[in-house]
Amino acid sequence: MTGEDKKTLERMINGELKWEELKPIISDRKDPSRFEKILDILHEKTSWNEKILIPLHEHLYVVVKDGERIVKCDCGHEFGDYRKNWKLKCRVRVRDTFETLEELYPKYMSSHPDWMELREFFCPGCFTLLDTESVPPGYHVVFNFLPDIDAFYEKWLGRKAPDK
Amino acid sequence: MSNNKIGWNDKSLKEMLDESESLFKDTGRYFGIEKLSLKEEDPFRYERAYASLRGALVSARETALHVAASPIVKEIGELCFGLYTPEGDSLVVSTGILVHIHTMSEAMKFMIKNNYEEDPTINHGDIFLNNDPECGNVHTTDVQTIIPIFWEGELIGWAGGVTHQIDIGGISPGHTLVSCVQRFDDGVYYTCLKIGSNDKIWNDHMQTAKRSVRTPMYWELDEKCRLSGDLMIRDAVLDFIEREGVDYYKKFVREAIEEGRQIMQLRVKERLIPGRYRAASFMDLPFKDEAWQPIAKVNRISNQPLEIIVREDGSIYLSFDGASKWGHNVANCMKGAMEGGQWVLLTQILIYRDKVNDGAYLAVETNYPPGTWCNPGDPYLSYQAPWGNLIPAYTGMMKCISYGLFSRGFREEVVPGYSFTGDAIQGGGIYSAGPLKGERWSLSTFEISGQGLGASAVRDGLNHGYAMWNPEADLGDVETWDLFQGGVVYLARRIKPNTPGHGKFRGGANYAGVAFIANSKQIDFFGAREGMVFHGCGGMHGGYPQATGYRLYAKNTNLKDIFQQQKPYPISDDDPSDGDFEKLIEGEITRKHNALIYPIMLDNYDLIYFPMGGGPGYGDPLERDPESVNQDLNDGYYTEDIVSNVYGVVAQFDDEKEEWNIDQEATKKRRDDILNERKQKSVPFEEFWNRERKKITDDGLSEQVKTMYFESLNLSENWAKEFREFWDFPDDFLKEVD
Repeated sequence: MTGEDKKTLERMINGELKWEELKPIISDRKDPSRFEKILDILHEKTSWNEKILIPLHEHLYVVVKDGERIVKCDCGHEFGDYRKNWKLKCRVRVRDTFETLEELYPKYMSSHPDWMELREFFCPGCFTLLDTESVPPGYHVVFNFLPDIDAFYEKWLGRKAPDK
Repeated sequence: MSNNKIGWNDKSLKEMLDESESLFKDTGRYFGIEKLSLKEEDPFRYERAYASLRGALVSARETALHVAASPIVKEIGELCFGLYTPEGDSLVVSTGILVHIHTMSEAMKFMIKNNYEEDPTINHGDIFLNNDPECGNVHTTDVQTIIPIFWEGELIGWAGGVTHQIDIGGISPGHTLVSCVQRFDDGVYYTCLKIGSNDKIWNDHMQTAKRSVRTPMYWELDEKCRLSGDLMIRDAVLDFIEREGVDYYKKFVREAIEEGRQIMQLRVKERLIPGRYRAASFMDLPFKDEAWQPIAKVNRISNQPLEIIVREDGSIYLSFDGASKWGHNVANCMKGAMEGGQWVLLTQILIYRDKVNDGAYLAVETNYPPGTWCNPGDPYLSYQAPWGNLIPAYTGMMKCISYGLFSRGFREEVVPGYSFTGDAIQGGGIYSAGPLKGERWSLSTFEISGQGLGASAVRDGLNHGYAMWNPEADLGDVETWDLFQGGVVYLARRIKPNTPGHGKFRGGANYAGVAFIANSKQIDFFGAREGMVFHGCGGMHGGYPQATGYRLYAKNTNLKDIFQQQKPYPISDDDPSDGDFEKLIEGEITRKHNALIYPIMLDNYDLIYFPMGGGPGYGDPLERDPESVNQDLNDGYYTEDIVSNVYGVVAQFDDEKEEWNIDQEATKKRRDDILNERKQKSVPFEEFWNRERKKITDDGLSEQVKTMYFESLNLSENWAKEFREFWDFPDDFLKEVD
């Protein structure tokens, strides 16, 4: 494992590693303690005190709060039960006209509104763009990832989840 | 020699296959193996054994490709070889286009299940040819040569090789056609046909085969290339048995496959998190105004919903439940195509190591629902370009795995997707003058092998240098292609601005080509990539999908006069709303949102344009370092208007230094403006839900979108239940299907 110290991982998360530094990390065997190391970094990085169970997203975490497992943004906004799709608590903008799509893409280089729309899901707290969906109009919102937290901790890491 | 029982210990191959499947079903392990005893007893011998076979296969590939002449095989190496057990399970693979490794397994199992041991019989020196998607292939263009390997009267295994043909004798010249609607348009079909004996391809077969394609020389040399590689593998296996003993070989092949299965599960446990992963990918099939055939004249969107369950034991369940119906078009996929796609993804994102075999396939349970594009169940449909569904659909697998990799902490491995491997312009013509007058040329450029890769969670995507579906993203030498497709003369190949998907880390960027037709007659031209929809399942964690393709060409131009007068001609289409084609040439210019084009006739001095795709982005673009955006401007990857609108970066061009420089103050204000715009133009989820639902209830959907919903609702109870529950529709809503 090359360069798996905390500082290097922090720089990696921040996108600061040069290719010469990143390549060995990609090519080398993976550090079995990477999950814990990243959790430590994220606990220091976030401004709130809840325990992170799973880093779900660049800005979202499954955390323990008052005995409940909820999704929380690093800005502090809470999305509720992690078993429910956090996108259903977002602010949403839909780009379904050429006018709005061509703000982002040149003419002819976006989807056609008769075929597809572009959805933007924002955190209601900090208005960070959390997800985009490129789907036909009327498509139900996709639930990206539902982790099996207890199986992960108990069966794969060999210990109880921190809230158990 | 005719053998009824050519398997091990006086069993038939069918009995061996039944036993293998039964033991796997009962135990979940290959041949029920509980202990990797050879590895435990002498790990050095075991690893040396694997490495020697692996080396033999790589060597066979590297040697055999020099027998071929087609640039697709010889230059870019679109071929691969595999060594298989008697039951048809892959043990070791060469380098190359690994999508075909498991497809050949299916061909061998087809021969076993259809009692080839009795008729036509399987003997030492026999040669079998297959390119039928129904019994283990992706599309007819990928042609497989398979030989049995015998040791003292027992079939000890199979060697198989695949090459990608230049032309397969289909409805139009080319290798990945767009205008087929039924099997009989797909080109020549060989269904596990015996074509030789005593290590020699029969003359009558070769005479027939060469008359079945438009490029007979390439066909003949490709066949000899595949057979050469197979024979080298056979020799290597027989040498191995001489050296190590047949009993060791028999035990080794089974343990190595079981180890492959275990490695896959261990890798999953090492890299991912158990749970349910989902992605929704789509492909436009805009045939209504393109197709010639009445039955094909319909616009459709292919729904490709993917669900992956990562189980506690490290195995994976992969399902396309909810997928759209099959179609009267080229994009249907048989089992071989789906499993090949699954294979090529796994070998690149999870099990990229030397010990790759069908053990990995055994660790994945799949659901390709009957009646859908991924399991039509009708061999008479066209399967000529399953890539139209496969490539976008499997972006979902990459994205799902990336969710897991991210959560586990392996952010450097995240890649939410890739570009469609298009625009594969194709066609052909006849030289009308010069030393090759009367000879045919084929347009089959593999520029598509250099696509934009998706961004990762820690860096930008690879620019114009990646192809999920082609070996080593190698375009080959342009000089070789020039010789091969001499009627198409390049005018330019340049960076195409604004192709990457936006994000904190942008997707890989790409380029576009401009060419004109010269010195030819009877020229066919066609091509395809996505145009009406964004490719696959788009970006990740706030990243955007990459730009779509489109179609641009010009007929009856004044290019000859332009050349004679030495005036400027188009070398790009940087701004499609104000294009150089329209500004610099006279002629009939066609510019379409839709990137699909059925074969048309071109003439000398007609111009074609072919943009490649960028990769999807990762993260919120407002978090991208402005200096990186400035570099993108200077590299030509983005234009000023797009970086202002998307990244909130304002830059001025220094005419003297010929470079872009950021206006820091204006950039800060622009980013604040975009944040405010997000607040003003977004709505609470409930309001979004009401507006979106109204699009469905007020009949606001286009014909192709409605058809997509009808099909998925009719084909999957689970998908229908989820859709109806989400929008609070009654159980019979949209139940009537056309």
